[in-house]
Amino acid sequence: MHIPDGYLSPSTCATMYAGAAPFWYVALRRLKRTLDARMIPLLSLMSAFCFVVMMFNLPLPGGTTGHAVGVGIAAILLGPWASMVAISIALLVQAVFFGDGGITCYGANCFNMAIVGSLAAYGMYRAVAGRSALTAPRRIVAAALGGYVAINLSALCAAIEFGIQPALFHDAMGAPLYAPYRLGIAIPAMLAGHLTFAGIAELVISGGMVAYLQRADPGLLRRTAPGAIASGAKVEDFTGLRWLWIGLAALMLATPLGLLAAGSAWGEWRGADFRNPETRQEIARASLQAAPPREAPAGLQRLSAVWSAPMPDYAPRFLKSEALGYICSAVFGSGLLIMAWTLLGWGAGLLGQRRRAEAARPR
Amino acid sequence: MTQPGQRRKRGFIERSVDSLRGALEHAEHCADTAEGAGLLQKLDPRVKLCGLLPLILAAVSARRLDVIVTIWLGATLLAALSGIKPRVMATRTWLTVLVFTGAIALPAIFLTPGLPVWRVPMLGWPVTAQGCVAAARLVTRAETAATLAVLLVFTTPWPHVLKALRTLRAPAVLVVILGMTYRYIFVLLEMADDFFEARRSRVIRPMNGAAQRRMAGATAGVLLDKSLRYSEEVYMAMQSRGFRGEAYTTHDFRMCRRDWIAGALFAAAAGLAFWGGAP
Repeated sequence: MHIPDGYLSPSTCATMYAGAAPFWYVALRRLKRTLDARMIPLLSLMSAFCFVVMMFNLPLPGGTTGHAVGVGIAAILLGPWASMVAISIALLVQAVFFGDGGITCYGANCFNMAIVGSLAAYGMYRAVAGRSALTAPRRIVAAALGGYVAINLSALCAAIEFGIQPALFHDAMGAPLYAPYRLGIAIPAMLAGHLTFAGIAELVISGGMVAYLQRADPGLLRRTAPGAIASGAKVEDFTGLRWLWIGLAALMLATPLGLLAAGSAWGEWRGADFRNPETRQEIARASLQAAPPREAPAGLQRLSAVWSAPMPDYAPRFLKSEALGYICSAVFGSGLLIMAWTLLGWGAGLLGQRRRAEAARPR
Repeated sequence: MTQPGQRRKRGFIERSVDSLRGALEHAEHCADTAEGAGLLQKLDPRVKLCGLLPLILAAVSARRLDVIVTIWLGATLLAALSGIKPRVMATRTWLTVLVFTGAIALPAIFLTPGLPVWRVPMLGWPVTAQGCVAAARLVTRAETAATLAVLLVFTTPWPHVLKALRTLRAPAVLVVILGMTYRYIFVLLEMADDFFEARRSRVIRPMNGAAQRRMAGATAGVLLDKSLRYSEEVYMAMQSRGFRGEAYTTHDFRMCRRDWIAGALFAAAAGLAFWGGAP
């Protein structure tokens, strides 16, 4: 996931530096306020720790090994802001001294791993751990999930940065100038490896370290566990759920990124696409240069007229802006799903109550 | 049990130890080369820093393949004149970059849409002209940028790089943290190496996957615990020595005529590369 030099255009690199700068500024301000001179050795040691943890080859189920980034555990122990600085310093040493990750892509690597990774790991950890006790098994699950989500979101960011390159930067021949794969290839290719090997490595190290610290020194977990109840007491509420809502809202706002993917997805063509010369070329390119039929297949023509969606192509007719249409579709779709699950949950609850009542009735 | 003559599968301890020792060896090698007598070693670190960074930028922004290859040849010549053996450059930099970038670039010759120039026999996959150009550009650009980046660390001791950063107005706190991070990376690398070595010497049969994962988590946990304790001790040591937020080194940089000439040559090369590499 360490993007080397040459994969991103200079303008993308500059944009990513600009995107990372406010987070670095806020992180350093917050750290200065809270830690003062003590910050220097703490951050140095934590950066060195993150660097060394990246070299652990973790055994994964299935007999393979993988290495973690350490972003999950850094965010859980230090909090998101200190973690951003510690991971950024570790990435700088890696880029300059060990050639792992590019110098021009340093801003992008920090944005993906140090910033997005830290915020995602911390948000997920706090949301799932809630107010559970420092030694509760729920914290191990929360840490493992935090690490897993963080590394996958970081990989998704890197994939988006790769995927927008061929659309934005190509020469007169159409040959890509930087990373050559469009979003449709870059995202699945990046996520395939991270949802499996790298993600599981991060999950193992984050969960494993929290499990160890719960036994050896639970006090170290207190920094990012405000309001954690005393061991043994029962947690009543689940206030951390709001982080999931914030995450869902952020994802909805990010949906217009889908517009950057040019053309339609393979196999999702409409009848009219077979008659349009431009889309015919696209279909041929995406199908290893095999020429598509001149007319849409009869079955496709007939069945595609059976149902017309109220929001075709995620673009409600009453909205002119494509981006706004995408966001509205995301809100509408998510709302429908949440409503469906709420109704299902409500129905299942009613059914459960009736069964319990029937079971309790004297025969 | 492993039979005599049968090769034992390397476990995660061995792999982790290899990674840790690889990093230590790399650092040792860099330090040795940086102390040697070569062309770039004689230059002021500020000149190298300010000269190599624009060249990396020029290589990244160049759109013409011949310009990128010329910068790479120039960087290789500089490496040879600085006493960096071609074998070392090939194994430590070029091969690593080629393996990583090649794996990404190779499918691009088939997947990039464009004019087919050849079809793979039996499979019928089209190799496109645009795909070949994109793959060549990606590999050469990544190799050139990596070659230029390692020139700095192979020819400049790390404290001098930090001092150069400070004289170029990088924030003091950043430079101090970078310097300390670098130093403690080796302390922690050796510590982790000792943990794994100690465990390896006490293992009489291979551990199963779950036990290995527990051990990895516990080792990382102990390392973290020790790191935090160290940070407290280091803070106390800094206070007792009167640390006031500025790092000093005994080495003073002085620009001589050679440095000015080198700086002018670097600037001219970067300017030419930007101009020649433009579409």
